[in-house]
Amino acid sequence: MADTITKAEIINPENLVYKKTSMMTNNVLSYCPGCGHGTAHRIIMEVIDEMGLQAKTIGVAPVGCSVLAYDFMNIDMQQAAHGRAPALATAIKRLHPEKTVFTYQGDGDLAAIGTAETIHAANRGENFTIFFINNGIYGMTGGQMAPTTLEGMKSSTTPYGREWQRMGHPLKMTELIAQLPGTYYVTRQAVHTPVSVRKAKKAVRTAIELQQQNKGLTFVEIVSNCNSGWKMTPVQANQWMVDNMFPFYPLGDIKVDGELVKK
Amino acid sequence: MGKELKLMKGNEAFAEAAIRAGVDGYFGYPITPQSEVMEYLTAEKPHERTGMIVLQAESEVASINMLYGGAACGKKVMTSSSSPGISLMQEGISYMAGAELPCVLLNVVRGGPGLGTIQPSQADYFQSTKGGGHGDYHTIVLAPSSVQEMYDYVELGYELAFKYRTPVMVQSDGAIGQMMEKVQTGDQKIRLTEEEIIRNCPWATTGKTPNRERNIITSLNLDSLVQEKHNIKLQKKYREIEAVEVRFEKIQCDDAEFLFVAYGTSARICLKSIQILRAKGIKVGLFRPITLYPFPKEPLYKMVKNVKGILSVEMSAGQMIEDIKLAVECKVPVYHFGRMGGIIPSPTEVADFLEHQFIKG
Repeated sequence: MADTITKAEIINPENLVYKKTSMMTNNVLSYCPGCGHGTAHRIIMEVIDEMGLQAKTIGVAPVGCSVLAYDFMNIDMQQAAHGRAPALATAIKRLHPEKTVFTYQGDGDLAAIGTAETIHAANRGENFTIFFINNGIYGMTGGQMAPTTLEGMKSSTTPYGREWQRMGHPLKMTELIAQLPGTYYVTRQAVHTPVSVRKAKKAVRTAIELQQQNKGLTFVEIVSNCNSGWKMTPVQANQWMVDNMFPFYPLGDIKVDGELVKK
Repeated sequence: MGKELKLMKGNEAFAEAAIRAGVDGYFGYPITPQSEVMEYLTAEKPHERTGMIVLQAESEVASINMLYGGAACGKKVMTSSSSPGISLMQEGISYMAGAELPCVLLNVVRGGPGLGTIQPSQADYFQSTKGGGHGDYHTIVLAPSSVQEMYDYVELGYELAFKYRTPVMVQSDGAIGQMMEKVQTGDQKIRLTEEEIIRNCPWATTGKTPNRERNIITSLNLDSLVQEKHNIKLQKKYREIEAVEVRFEKIQCDDAEFLFVAYGTSARICLKSIQILRAKGIKVGLFRPITLYPFPKEPLYKMVKNVKGILSVEMSAGQMIEDIKLAVECKVPVYHFGRMGGIIPSPTEVADFLEHQFIKG
């Protein structure tokens, strides 16, 4: 019995080992249990907190599951039309070079309807950060095929699996972005294990720090699951992501200090 | 920089006015017949004159969304385009109306539909005055009929845009954009400081400080009751604009038996047609709406009892005529005369139509 921790001991400030950052609001997250968005939000806002940037940060939310990111992130935010977040961020940063500016976009938003805005903002070397959540599917509208949907992967608009002959190939947006001279730091991360969360948070911090040095566009992809859209349990979805998404979307840095990482 | 008298194109006057009005950012995309706006701005190096940002976007879709981003920070932002480009911007304009963001847009109208022609037209009246994009909204629409007014309506546009937190459209056409006239400029205004913006626009996303709540700029309300409340608020704003912001001009209307109603280039043509007709003893006047939205309904209605008929002259198939008929409640005959496809009607053909088709027809 001596090993049992009482409730009083748990809430004793001296025993506090982890606390929700005040940069996250107390609103209940609208994301499905098991989804990576909540963790992605948290690590970004922890970095904003740790770097003391609340009063200097302007975030841009997309259209998609994370359209309500502004309900959860305790900073000034704008909600963009579908795909246009990099256009908003371009103007915000140009008009406020001293601010920290980021967009938070899903794969449908960034890699389909917003392809032009993403590529041109990157190519101009705009000094803001894009957080790109890639779960290979349109989550909010009910699990339709995204540009990032894997070959053979089932979605509500590829009920028999994606065939490239008729539906095109999955798009490696992050590798494409890394080719552009305007990007300085491009990386692909995940948030499905404690180790990956720590690595992803480090990448978020690197991106924000480089933004402050006006190095050009910084781009952090986070490969995530969509257990609801994939019709799996959270545990199955994470395993499926490891087995299928990671081989096609390998984790790690793609561009560091403006140079492509040699594999 | 003090006041100057300059000879300028309409498009250049608009650009110069932007610099002098203390605009913070211009985001545009080339399209004929308005490309001189961005060409003039880049040549003038406004970054050195006032610190104004000028950026050539990758599309009209991007430029209107850049306006959204800048306006949401409380900045004075601007774009210009011509009809097909304005069509592309409609989604963004709807978002800005929904999120209640101020901006000034210039539409140098060309003939349509589709790629149409690069010549002058007024066929975008429906699009600009009835909303244009999705949802219940209006943008204030100012219609210059001279190069001087191209200059003047920049500052007026920002005054209205910030007063009502709404996009303001300056609706010109290829003729006024391209023609050269003398322009009396105003003094150079200094761009607002960050502190002034925070004071004037407490709603803007300028970075959350401990002394205020978060500022969120969005047009999304998932709860329909909240959205309807927002709609009611917007409609209240439009009723106020309709009550307070109507602008128009009356020329030779005191003794007029017939009335031209025309704006922009058509209004200039009508002035000449009036001379031709009055020389023949036909008493004609011109009623020129300056605000196309809000349309000057009441002032026009008040003139109905004195006239025998109204001729709407517009370089279109007849769009403004619908607002005229609603305004005068069909108490007098209302006809339309117009040319399409980028053709500018001559004063003689307008005068002939009134004399032979309308009066005698």
